[in-house]
Amino acid sequence: MIKLPEPVDQVVVNLLRLANTKIPEDIGWALEAAGMWENNPVAYTQIGAIMDNLKKAEHMGRPMCQDTGIPVFYVCGRFDSSIAAQIAKGVERATAEIPLRPNTVDPLTRENHGSNLGPGMPIIHYIPEEGDFTEITVLPKGAGSENMTRLGMLNPSDGVQGVEDFIVDAVLDAGGRPCPPTVIGVGIGGMSDTCAEMAKMALACPLDVENPDKTLREMEERIFVRLNKSGLGPMGLGGATTCLGVRIKKAACHTASLPVAVSIGCWATRRASARITDHGVEYAQGAVL
Amino acid sequence: MTNLVTPLTEETVRSLRLGDTVFVNGPIVTGRDEAHIRALGLRAEGKETPPQLDGCVLYHCGPIMRQTEDGWQVVAAGPTTSARMNRLEPEMIREFGIRAIIGKGGMSAEVAEAMRECGCVYLAATGGAAVSLAEGLGACTGVEWLDLGMAEALWSFRADRLGPLIVAMDAEGNSLYEQVRGSLVRDARSRPLPRTG
Repeated sequence: MIKLPEPVDQVVVNLLRLANTKIPEDIGWALEAAGMWENNPVAYTQIGAIMDNLKKAEHMGRPMCQDTGIPVFYVCGRFDSSIAAQIAKGVERATAEIPLRPNTVDPLTRENHGSNLGPGMPIIHYIPEEGDFTEITVLPKGAGSENMTRLGMLNPSDGVQGVEDFIVDAVLDAGGRPCPPTVIGVGIGGMSDTCAEMAKMALACPLDVENPDKTLREMEERIFVRLNKSGLGPMGLGGATTCLGVRIKKAACHTASLPVAVSIGCWATRRASARITDHGVEYAQGAVL
Repeated sequence: MTNLVTPLTEETVRSLRLGDTVFVNGPIVTGRDEAHIRALGLRAEGKETPPQLDGCVLYHCGPIMRQTEDGWQVVAAGPTTSARMNRLEPEMIREFGIRAIIGKGGMSAEVAEAMRECGCVYLAATGGAAVSLAEGLGACTGVEWLDLGMAEALWSFRADRLGPLIVAMDAEGNSLYEQVRGSLVRDARSRPLPRTG
């Protein structure tokens, strides 16, 4: 077993506390800017309530949203097979200690064991990398936004315009349900499963990190402008800020396919990472993946 | 800005206008999918239901609660997506005479019709503003159906300036969400963003 300077379950508790009580800087700035653009009084009230809540959550060390979601983990660097059980232990402890809302139930009986564990939980993605570090990133994802996820297996002839229309429609059809202003994570290509995975992982990319792919960057900008001109506004009550940012990832796909997945992040798009080395643990909220 | 005190009268509810900002004070209950199913199930079987449901202000919320020496304390309590309850709400409104629903995202035309018929409004809370709204919920005065899980139980509170809430569906069948949806621009001409920083 690889020896780490701090038990992984404790790192996971710290990560979930950080992610749930403090908004990442880039999202905080985007919300603050939204408050300056809005002159619709209802929209302004919504942004004001969000900013007020963020200050209180951080100050009181309480989850900013009662839907502390399902935590999605990404483990990078060096790790061994024992890490899954340690992360699970951390989730159970965090649920009792922070506390988090016990959200995990049986899909059919709806039985809740109160621990946020269960078959298939917690969700962990593994990304092995060379290097003397282990990096654990968590994205707590609430159901209001998750329930608005859309996957489309488009026709290749639909092209860039078809992809952009699909994304805009997914966000506008969702209306106020995913708690706009939202962050839009998009996956293009791959197959149905990897496409949806990319869309969710795209939400880990901060709004102030430029997409290295020029085509994707231009698509992000066009979709951002279209969404914010739509008039949907904060909470779907009308206004100038529907979306805080668009993040797109792509992968190769079958010549007969054009998969597109849209994963919507609510205004409380939360994330935190811990980089564990022989020297100790560093916590940050600027995940990229 | 209006301070509403529960229990609400039909007259008060019918006087509220779309876009009004209100705060709610007094007894209030939370209920989501499972609480709706159980309440309607018991009613259908002619069994007793918790009296706090009658004529209540129903908050679509699954709070984070903490048990302390002084009883239950609310930690975080923002609204949940109301549309999940679209299928159940018209009957809830008609059966229990609900005067106001607090939630997020709005509800269907069928719910709007039941609201118009019975005198009920929909008040939009800011989604995710869970710490501020928990403060507004004030003291927890009881819980029913805790076997449904923390999020799905029927919690009772004595609200103290719960808000700000926006009247988003009035008692005349009007919906701010429908107005916004009706005027959405889907194909705004795209142009690159000005670069900053």
